[in-house]
Amino acid sequence: MSYTKKDLVGMKDLTKDEILFILDQAEKFKEINKREVKKVPTLKGKTIVNLFFEPSTRTRTSFEIAGKRLSADTINFSSSSSSTTKGETLIDTVKNIESMNSDIFVVRHAYSGSVKFIAENTKAGVVNAGDGTNEHPTQALLDLLTIKEHKKKLEGLNVAIIGDITHSRVARSNIWAMNKLGINVKLFGPKTMLPKETAPFGCYIASNMEEAVEDCDVIMMLRIQKERMSTVLLPSDREYAKFFGLNKSKLKKAKGDCIIMHPGPINRGVELSSELADCKQSVILDQVENGVAVRMAALYIVANNI
Amino acid sequence: MSILLKGLKIINHNNIEEGNLLIEKDTIKGITKETPQAKETVDLSGLIAVPGLIDMHVHFRDPGLEYKEDIVSGSQAAVAGGVTTCLPMANTKPVNDNSTITKYMIDKAKECGLIDLCPIGAITKGMKGEELTEMGDMLEAGAVAFSDDGLPVMNSEVMRRALEYIKTFGSFIISHSEDKNLAGKGVIHDGKVATITGLKGIPAEAEEIMIIRDILLAKATKSRIHIAHVSTKGSLKLIKWAKEEGIEVTCEAAPHHFSFDEECLLDYDTNYKMNPPLREKEDLEAIVDGLKSGIIDAIATDHAPHHIDEKFVEFDNAAFGITGLQTLIPLTLKLIKNNKLTWQDFVRLTSYNPAKILNFSDKGELKAGKKADITIIDPDFTYIFDKNINKSKSINSPLFGKELTGIAKLTIKDGKIVHKM
Ligand SMILES: [Zn+2]
Repeated sequence: MSYTKKDLVGMKDLTKDEILFILDQAEKFKEINKREVKKVPTLKGKTIVNLFFEPSTRTRTSFEIAGKRLSADTINFSSSSSSTTKGETLIDTVKNIESMNSDIFVVRHAYSGSVKFIAENTKAGVVNAGDGTNEHPTQALLDLLTIKEHKKKLEGLNVAIIGDITHSRVARSNIWAMNKLGINVKLFGPKTMLPKETAPFGCYIASNMEEAVEDCDVIMMLRIQKERMSTVLLPSDREYAKFFGLNKSKLKKAKGDCIIMHPGPINRGVELSSELADCKQSVILDQVENGVAVRMAALYIVANNI
Repeated sequence: MSILLKGLKIINHNNIEEGNLLIEKDTIKGITKETPQAKETVDLSGLIAVPGLIDMHVHFRDPGLEYKEDIVSGSQAAVAGGVTTCLPMANTKPVNDNSTITKYMIDKAKECGLIDLCPIGAITKGMKGEELTEMGDMLEAGAVAFSDDGLPVMNSEVMRRALEYIKTFGSFIISHSEDKNLAGKGVIHDGKVATITGLKGIPAEAEEIMIIRDILLAKATKSRIHIAHVSTKGSLKLIKWAKEEGIEVTCEAAPHHFSFDEECLLDYDTNYKMNPPLREKEDLEAIVDGLKSGIIDAIATDHAPHHIDEKFVEFDNAAFGITGLQTLIPLTLKLIKNNKLTWQDFVRLTSYNPAKILNFSDKGELKAGKKADITIIDPDFTYIFDKNINKSKSINSPLFGKELTGIAKLTIKDGKIVHKM
């Protein structure tokens, strides 16, 4: 086992080998999802609690299916991040559920760093399902798995990540992982959606859509996080689509076999034209499919280390 | 009642001498090489005597939030940190925006008898930034200056009028310089670490914009402004310019801003969450330079006690602030050990200048006729800053549990020993 932590908090904390190890595991689990009986007894008797302090049907469902396919008992707990209105602190909530002998927490929370905080204060294994604008490691892993399947390699690929970089945990997790794997990453988005200091990303910052897309093997369009954004970041959806959205003519600059990714849900016509969202180069549904395998791998690995 | 403190290195802002300090009642009688008769003689050979430290910026949480700190525990932490005069900010509950509360604070501190507590009154009623408080009345009750610290006065008209009004009374305004809109929901400095951690950033300009506004208002009103907890290189440039222009501006820096930078936040440790936030290495260096060059007039701790539960939460939800009274000496001594500051600088920044800014003519110097507020420092004493040392009710400091060097061995207030370790 080349992964010894009890938690999966972020790609920032992982080594190249650890990332590749999880991807290997995910490939193995992917096979199970294609069987007629999509269930193995691997985590039988384990209790997984989906602790969602921020709503997300997609990610939660994906984790729930992953847990069930491994025969774990999965329970959903949702609450708003400001459950302090009831006077209970986050750690009190966690300790309470931990006392019911839960083995793994899958945590989504609106604040950056909060999943690390939970992981440090519980005996249970913790998988980050998205913390604020910080990380969403299983999303990055499913993105990497999808890229690997389509491109048969990872090292040396050119990837553009386009959109709301500042508020995107998907972008952050992908950037940390891709840097470690030798993928060349270009970033582009409105300046209001790029951090003040981009140097820590170690990525090339493109100055327009054409330059961003040019010569790419992979284009990853990000979702505009309307809910996480102050109102002054963008004048309108229309303007965003015009200068920062991807359409067929802009795509021509990329490599002919360039794949298009999006973490979903798509704001159709804003980040991506519908034409592209549903075209052959789009691998958006593969990403969703791979999500289950990656999450099975994550749960399995974490369960083995608690 | 006389005390002779023997064998000291006695440091003032303008000189250093070896000798003995003779105290009579609450006053320094003189510095001497002789050994005159005294009722009590204390041998302090090898230790350093400095004027009792004056901390222009503390939060004592009393009245209203005594579970974090009260005037008694705050006073104890102060004297244990060598501080004999404290200026508590007005963001108590209720706010110190009237003479009744000002008087309550002073009376409680007097009863406790460890320090001089000189309240800072609020600029605006309820610190809402709208209507001016009865500043004259509060000054009569013992307030020394005015600030809505914790909250910026966002309305420039209100700040203008506050500066104009206070001029009548010869006092001054302390600016908590922060453009709230620009700071937004930021929790750390808007820089590299915000990029890495995904924590929301507070740009340096949130501070600088308000500093330049307040400087310009001080210029326009020919009034006096003191800038609290300066944290950026840009802020210091603006203050330097203002001083060169002859605008009446002074400023302070907090020990945490010259000891730590944003990198400390890579682990989401809420003990490093403070406002203004820890900035970049360059800013830290600029503050150290500013302390040396005189652009920064004073070191003030911004002692901000919080209950442990207010820090043991998600980073975004954690309270801003760090306790500081008992780490003032060790953190500042580090600068002396690294040859960034001299002992005379130390005295200038921690007592001589604050006394001047506050018009305390009897403080800030160890000299015959001055008040016997004296701090005796052992600069080489190494210890763990733990619960035995900590006198505050709160432990929200990244230094809690860590090894520190340099401590107040003896603190004398009005000629009485109020702390001995
Ligand atoms: Zn302040």
